[in-house]
Amino acid sequence: MESRALCNVTWRGYVRSDGRKGIRNRVLVVYTVKCAEHVALRIAGKCGHPEVEAVGFDGCTDNQYAVDLLIALIRHPNVGAVLAVGLGCEYVQPDRLAAVARGAGKPAEWLSIQREGGTAKSIEKGVAWVHSALKALKDVPRTAMGFSDLMVGAECGGSDFTSGLAGNVVVGRFFDQLVDAGGTAIFEEIVEAVGLDGYLLSRAAHDRARAELRAAYDKMIDYCRSVRQYSVSPGNFAGGLTTIEEKSMGAVIKSGTRPIQGVIRVSEPPRGKGLWLLDSVPDPHWMQFGITNPNDSEGLMDLISCGAQLVFLVTGRGSVVGSAVAPCVKITGNRETFSRMSDDMDFDASPALTGDCSMDALAGSLVRLVAKVCGGAPSRAEALGHREFYIPYKYQDRRCACGKEEQ
Amino acid sequence: MDARNLRAAFVIDRRDNVATALEALEPGWIPLRGEADAAEAEALEPIPAGHKLALRDIAEGEAVVKYGVRIGIATQAIRRGSWVHLHVMRSAYDERSSHLDVRTGAPKDTLYE
Repeated sequence: MESRALCNVTWRGYVRSDGRKGIRNRVLVVYTVKCAEHVALRIAGKCGHPEVEAVGFDGCTDNQYAVDLLIALIRHPNVGAVLAVGLGCEYVQPDRLAAVARGAGKPAEWLSIQREGGTAKSIEKGVAWVHSALKALKDVPRTAMGFSDLMVGAECGGSDFTSGLAGNVVVGRFFDQLVDAGGTAIFEEIVEAVGLDGYLLSRAAHDRARAELRAAYDKMIDYCRSVRQYSVSPGNFAGGLTTIEEKSMGAVIKSGTRPIQGVIRVSEPPRGKGLWLLDSVPDPHWMQFGITNPNDSEGLMDLISCGAQLVFLVTGRGSVVGSAVAPCVKITGNRETFSRMSDDMDFDASPALTGDCSMDALAGSLVRLVAKVCGGAPSRAEALGHREFYIPYKYQDRRCACGKEEQ
Repeated sequence: MDARNLRAAFVIDRRDNVATALEALEPGWIPLRGEADAAEAEALEPIPAGHKLALRDIAEGEAVVKYGVRIGIATQAIRRGSWVHLHVMRSAYDERSSHLDVRTGAPKDTLYE
């Protein structure tokens, strides 16, 4: 019933030349080294337009993982145009990034701060180009878009006991409805699936998915054992979570109940519709470079790199971040957090705990909110100007998640 | 909204042998919400907000079940109505968490001087 209701909901999206549909029409200013960051941020800031934002990679030495991530953002359906800004002597090549954008049918330009003659001239040229791009983006064709065209990613941050009782549960219900309506859902944080290999495997859609889930789970357990640390903190324990297994089930519950189609890696689009697990853990021979998920912004960026047009951040204790490229909708099951940080929170899932509202009714409200944001209404984070991004050095082999080399 | 609405414990799955306190609970009869078999459960001791209350007697070595899955193993017999946390159960994976302070969760195995 509910999924049929979802099928009737549409909004106006943006059509890209590869056929994908976006819910935003962003101009992305991409810097290719920390030295170019100020110029890029100033270009985006001076334009003062909600669709203009900056992202970038800080390192001078490049990293395949980071370049793949930048390319995934450039090709993202929410992005309409790209300006790459380099200093001029770093490894990451701004002209190559602009070429990738043009190859995806998007207006693109690049500049080198050294060649342009420094900060002021680069900013001036960049701002002028972005204004011309904004004009060009008015001609991007619009089309009716619905939940079957939508990919949503979910992660949690600042969790407390309400996350596993309400916030993640309502996301799980939403994901079930999204999948039933022909859409795509991605959940991550395999490091918070400790003890749940049997449960995850029982939800595999087929043998390949089962093999991928097994491999991702085993890699994660090896990682946690080798560093003798699990993804659980003193605050979690003080808040009533006793074991990593307990925290894990509270996190995994946001995946809902539908079959898992397989495991994807950062910057890898899902190979079909339905529910997918995103593995962001470094690969074994790189594990000494550690840190699976340095912060929430990185997790959101990973989900967006796979093509999610909208992301959920489920919080208990509270969070304020948003994200570049895709609107971030923040959900909490903690009533006190919702009222204390009401400017930052998009959705209150606590009525399911107070008994004031059924979980299905709440999921229905979340569907309506998502449709509104997809149609152009800013999420709280967007309205407050949050455009966080985090693109670290990391090492994941370019192969499919089942461990075989890519063909 | 009425603040008393959270004076309850929440049962997530019918197979669970623990319920979660929605706010700090004093000893006494507590309304149960969610997938509970009974309308109320008796707390024998104070249960901090977000912490677990045993819904039945759990033997030493038995699984503590929440969300319908094992979330850990009882390290001693747990009486129905008592507070279930680090002092009476442990993870099957994470050895370090058994050494944390039961109230604050702070590590006791790291030296500061």
